[in-house]
Amino acid sequence: MAYSNKVIEHYENPRNVGSLDASSPDVGTALVGAPACGDVMKLQIKVGKDGVIEDAKFKTFGCGSAIASSSLATEWIKGMTVDQALAVKNTQIVEELSLPPVKIHCSVLAEDAIKGAIADYRKKQDLKTENAA
Amino acid sequence: MTLKLPIYMDYHATTPVDERVLDAMLPYFRGDFGNAASRSHVFGWKAEEAVERAREEVAKLIGAAGKEIVWTSGATESDNLAIKGVAEFYKDRGSHIITAVTEHKAVLDSCKRLEKQGTVVTYLPVEPDGRVSPDAVANAMTDKTILVSIMLANNEIGTVNPVEEIGAVVKARGAFFHIDAVQGVGKIPFDVNRSHADLVSLSAHKMYGPKGVGALYVRRKPRVRITPIIDGGGHERGMRSGTLNVPGIVGFGKAAELCRLEMEEEGRRVLALRERLRQGIEARVPSTVVNGSLEHRLPGNLNISFAFVEGEAMMMALKDVAVSSGSACTSASLEPSYVLRALGVPEEMAHTSIRFGLGRFTTEAEVDYVIDLVVDKVKRLRNMSPLWELAQSGVDLKSIQWGMH
Repeated sequence: MAYSNKVIEHYENPRNVGSLDASSPDVGTALVGAPACGDVMKLQIKVGKDGVIEDAKFKTFGCGSAIASSSLATEWIKGMTVDQALAVKNTQIVEELSLPPVKIHCSVLAEDAIKGAIADYRKKQDLKTENAA
Repeated sequence: MTLKLPIYMDYHATTPVDERVLDAMLPYFRGDFGNAASRSHVFGWKAEEAVERAREEVAKLIGAAGKEIVWTSGATESDNLAIKGVAEFYKDRGSHIITAVTEHKAVLDSCKRLEKQGTVVTYLPVEPDGRVSPDAVANAMTDKTILVSIMLANNEIGTVNPVEEIGAVVKARGAFFHIDAVQGVGKIPFDVNRSHADLVSLSAHKMYGPKGVGALYVRRKPRVRITPIIDGGGHERGMRSGTLNVPGIVGFGKAAELCRLEMEEEGRRVLALRERLRQGIEARVPSTVVNGSLEHRLPGNLNISFAFVEGEAMMMALKDVAVSSGSACTSASLEPSYVLRALGVPEEMAHTSIRFGLGRFTTEAEVDYVIDLVVDKVKRLRNMSPLWELAQSGVDLKSIQWGMH
């Protein structure tokens, strides 16, 4: 099975590997997938006051396509607003990385991770406004 | 000394053809191109002599007589012939077959086909060390059992089964004993009489011979009969029709001779290299597990799981080294290795396994290069792994509620 050059690129030079402070109120964290399936992604976003994603970090347990999908996801959503990030579709990831059919689920997981991180951030924001009220 | 990349460490998948084997084969592609079944001229006679010499060599390697060797297109065909051939010929004697869950697909799928036709098949589990227990075989046998098929050594984890004890059990109960000996013959000592074997499958390309040729040992004393699965001109005493692959057979014979003469010394050398690789990795990489018994194992096999690092990503990282993995991602079906699952390896560890297969041409320099590479890449991939991060901070991964996807 030959990997696409883009997938190899993301593995050799992954963007945004690392962690943000999960306890911080402007950080959203998602942990999706399962070790039993061979795919686990942790994706975190730091959102500024203006609703723009200032930083995004990821860590992935999974094959080259999974690593590339999550790396690409963080690359794309940095600089987007939260609403724009919600619109990122797995099919766009598949196209960009030329993922074969057997690897499409990796892109789905990456989309889930983005949505999960945003949901976590929003939950924290709701709590903040509740506490403030 | 310059190392040649890429490095081949997948000797269980196939082996390079030894130069001496190739030299032996070439004349039979050139001037000596006769059909071994041409009885009326020197072209045929020369081919036949070469085939018979090869037959004696393969027989010698396993302690058999030349007349007991049937040439096939490979071990897959030999497995099919042994299982279906016995089941069909002796169908009035019984219709129960015993095998193990860790067998090669050629055995498992042949059994599955027979099940569709009414044969009952028992798939024995293995012990945690990967071996089949003779007691388990004894307990599964009934008076309808016609055949027991257990491999000599496993292709994924390299574990060697106690075939001599299993054979004794099978013969005491009066059934036929088939051994898929593909991975073991030529690497470890094997004798058809010590193991009480009635049928043995062999493959040339696993012992430095060419692809496309194998053999089935069929015992003559006492006589074992099989119904052929290929009909045609009645070659190989009626057991396997079809013009013989003369060059391939000559190569197989030469490969068998070389193994017989060099196996002991080569086994010692390859074992030392395997241990060098294993200890080199274990000394510098934490959280690794060797899958299967270390004691009863092929000298060249190292199947090892690197916790928190997925197998396909690891293989991509080891880009100039040819290995294989038990990870789901590397199989077309997205299911992790059935052999590792049979050992009871938890699924997330089955995804992290790498199979190194060393062999005749592996060098110390290659092993040392690979150790350094493995250490470096595991570190890198663990830095990218959320599971490693969680484990390092003391979280028990089993306590987490993982989401479905």
